[in-house]
Amino acid sequence: MIDQDVCQRVLARAMSTGADFAEIYAEDKRSTSAGLDDGKVEQVTSGRDRGAGIRVIAGETTGFAHTSDLTEDGLLAAAGAAAAAARQGDGGTRTIALTKATVRRPQPVERYPDGVAKADKVELLRRIDESARAAGGEIVQVSAGYGDSVKRVLVANSDGLLADDDVVRCLLRISTVADGDTGQQTGFTSLGHTIGFEVFDQVDVEELARDAARQAITKLGARPAPSGSLPVVIKHGTGGVLFHEACGHGLEADFVAKGASVYAERTGELVASPLVTVVDDGTMAGEWGTLAIDDEGHATQRNPLIEAGVLTDYMWDFLRSRKQGRAPSGNGRRQSYAHLPMVRMTNTFVTDGDSDPDDIVRSTERGVYVARLGGGSVNTATGDFVFGMTEAYLIEHGEITAPLREANLIGNGPQALRDIDAVGNDFVMGGPGTCGKDGQGVPVGTGQPTLRVSKMTIGGTAA
Amino acid sequence: MSESLDVLAGLADKVVAQASAGEQVEAYVSRGGNTDVRVYQGEVEHFVSAQSEGIGVRVIRDGRTGFAYAGTLDPGAVDEVLAEARDNVAFGTVDDWAGLAEPDGVARTPQMLWNDTLAGYATSDKIELAQELERRTLGHDRRLRIDDSNYADAWGEVAVATTTGIREAGRENGCYVSVSTLADDGDETQTGFGFSVGREPGEFDLDRAAREAAERATRLLGATKPPSRRLTVVLDPFVTAQFLGIIGSTLNGESVVKGRSLFRGRLGEMIAAPGVSLVDDPTNALAYTATDVDGDGLAARRNELIVAGELRQFVHNSYSARRADVRSTGNATRGGYAGTPGVGCLALQLQPGARSQTELIADIDDGLLVQQVSGLHSGVNTVSGDFSTGASGILITDGALGAPVREMTIASTLQRMLLDVVEVGADVDWLPMRAAGVSLVIADVMMSGS
Repeated sequence: MIDQDVCQRVLARAMSTGADFAEIYAEDKRSTSAGLDDGKVEQVTSGRDRGAGIRVIAGETTGFAHTSDLTEDGLLAAAGAAAAAARQGDGGTRTIALTKATVRRPQPVERYPDGVAKADKVELLRRIDESARAAGGEIVQVSAGYGDSVKRVLVANSDGLLADDDVVRCLLRISTVADGDTGQQTGFTSLGHTIGFEVFDQVDVEELARDAARQAITKLGARPAPSGSLPVVIKHGTGGVLFHEACGHGLEADFVAKGASVYAERTGELVASPLVTVVDDGTMAGEWGTLAIDDEGHATQRNPLIEAGVLTDYMWDFLRSRKQGRAPSGNGRRQSYAHLPMVRMTNTFVTDGDSDPDDIVRSTERGVYVARLGGGSVNTATGDFVFGMTEAYLIEHGEITAPLREANLIGNGPQALRDIDAVGNDFVMGGPGTCGKDGQGVPVGTGQPTLRVSKMTIGGTAA
Repeated sequence: MSESLDVLAGLADKVVAQASAGEQVEAYVSRGGNTDVRVYQGEVEHFVSAQSEGIGVRVIRDGRTGFAYAGTLDPGAVDEVLAEARDNVAFGTVDDWAGLAEPDGVARTPQMLWNDTLAGYATSDKIELAQELERRTLGHDRRLRIDDSNYADAWGEVAVATTTGIREAGRENGCYVSVSTLADDGDETQTGFGFSVGREPGEFDLDRAAREAAERATRLLGATKPPSRRLTVVLDPFVTAQFLGIIGSTLNGESVVKGRSLFRGRLGEMIAAPGVSLVDDPTNALAYTATDVDGDGLAARRNELIVAGELRQFVHNSYSARRADVRSTGNATRGGYAGTPGVGCLALQLQPGARSQTELIADIDDGLLVQQVSGLHSGVNTVSGDFSTGASGILITDGALGAPVREMTIASTLQRMLLDVVEVGADVDWLPMRAAGVSLVIADVMMSGS
């Protein structure tokens, strides 16, 4: 994408005002998306995004500029702007020598989506529409979105690092609306992987569509969710978002450094039930948050965060790990070349426990069984978080019974982690997520076995 | 028109001129830039200076639509975008209503969207503003820390042209400052934020931003989780603006024609309490999102959506209007060159009432002043109407504000909340959102806590 000698000259320009560190992040992304709604393929879209962001660090100040012009002149101009923004000074001349890193890719890509016929992509949507509508006469609307991208990434920095990668993604999202006597209800399923179009040979998209239809139809008979504190059993898969919110963000080193996390200065302490082990792992084959290298050019890795309830480490970006004199953890990520990198999660999950998931339900006298969690958010400084339950049922006398209307759950991260009193042995990863932080969205994965929180506040309307 | 805007308009015209017979073509060309300064403990933490540009091309032939975009205006890339959009046409389903907007004779209400003072504002002064905001905020309370203090500005130029005769070009700029706070008391930490927006920095109210950031963080210190019960809530103007944004999305004409709106088929019916009148008026220069044209290139206009509780109309872009057999209400929304127009409210406002928030509170025996909500994206379903959101605020007892509370939810349904509106306050606040803030009293909302 950019020649090595050009990178070296651009970095030298970026360092020319006496900076401590400079970096080029360049990307060239081709994407295709297609949307089906109301029985029609409304539009196929082709996109091209290409550009470079140049970051210059001097003391505590970061200067950043980006450009969609990848010629040497364009890059030199951006480097000059970033250097000027960082700090004025006289750095003299510095030569940068880059060494290309060997990048180990988590999984080979068999069918690059840019080589797959658009007709095949559109055909997926038609099959989804047909299967979802066939699932029941109550289904009055189906919308489905397909998206793929192939992103070539290059990172070079003044420490001599040069790394590149191809990031391939395929995504499907299915929304349904069912109509009944009680109004309308919605269903949603999705799948997203960092592999090629071969994913659609491995996954039953019709079943995914029927699942979205089934959710909406089931909820037509839902009663209002309870209001107040109850035990909550979370089905394996979609509950990983609880940990993303309840502790993941609070373990990001930037929040920790500013004392804006309830987990600051607590490594080595028991912060969760001893049943809980939480890991962030950017190397998992094919998962939505998987990357060979992070967006600062460092290999992703498996980072244990909480082991048997004890806080072991935070997640780091290069800026903060460099300052601390420690190895990067591969968690420096950005939305695109037009954004500064930050500490971000990759795939965050709870590992298997010992309990039989059926026993967890059977041993719950009265509570809520959450089959599907929606999105959530957290205030890292207080630990307070919310997330939506988009498919949930009552548990009565150890049995899963009536479906419930949608509501938010609210809790406090450290408290919820301590209140986990059962962890199942049925770990799976959930669907693709987009994590938002400081205005940037990045793809993340979550996962967990079935587990129970002994009490959480359920924000329904029923007494 | 500025010289660079001429260039964009020329580029859009050039693409449209390449349309073949029987083909509708739209070109949307834009260019923009932004500055983003973050200060922490008096030092610049980061300074971002960036520019971007791009083009999106939509082609419609025989009822089929194709679209492509690129984040560059290189001549080669522009040709490729048109070719890709044409190629994509073949994969769309025939839609009898597909088509670009056509000029409808509605005159534009001119807006002052560009400010030369901001365009010429010095970098060092931008940094100084963020530093000054940090200093003023810290001065409010010694329990405060600052997470970050920010100055940001952005400018953009857009030209859109179509084979159906739309030809619009314009530019705008704006700026804001914001500050995030932490307040500590023993082991407890609470957070807050404050902001101020302007067409240029002279319009900033730094004192208000600092005061609100300090108050938001400190007022929740010592807050507890309240017992669950039904009560009357007063939404602070900032919360009402978020609530109106959700109500606006239920009045989306595209959802109506696709059969998934709460209020489909209910035009002319009472869907809200008689005290509720809701207008979407981007022609009002006081609105932060005031504009002269919508995302289709049609004139923005004033639309009365709910009048004294009665549903009068939905909002439409040219496509949803054609399907609904009505005229576009000028409500095409567009996120930039990488997408095609959607439908949305542009600048909502509730008809204000006569009384202050203090007067509204004085009438309430058992209530909650809701100052912050969280999880609106996960706890509100605009199809079923279920509403459940995390909340924090201050309990109201016998007409007076009492103890701060947090870590609870408030829940109802959107349908009921509109009918349960007791009163709208007089305290209109033009926030940097698509809806104006105002205090709003809603009865019979379930609060879930301990």
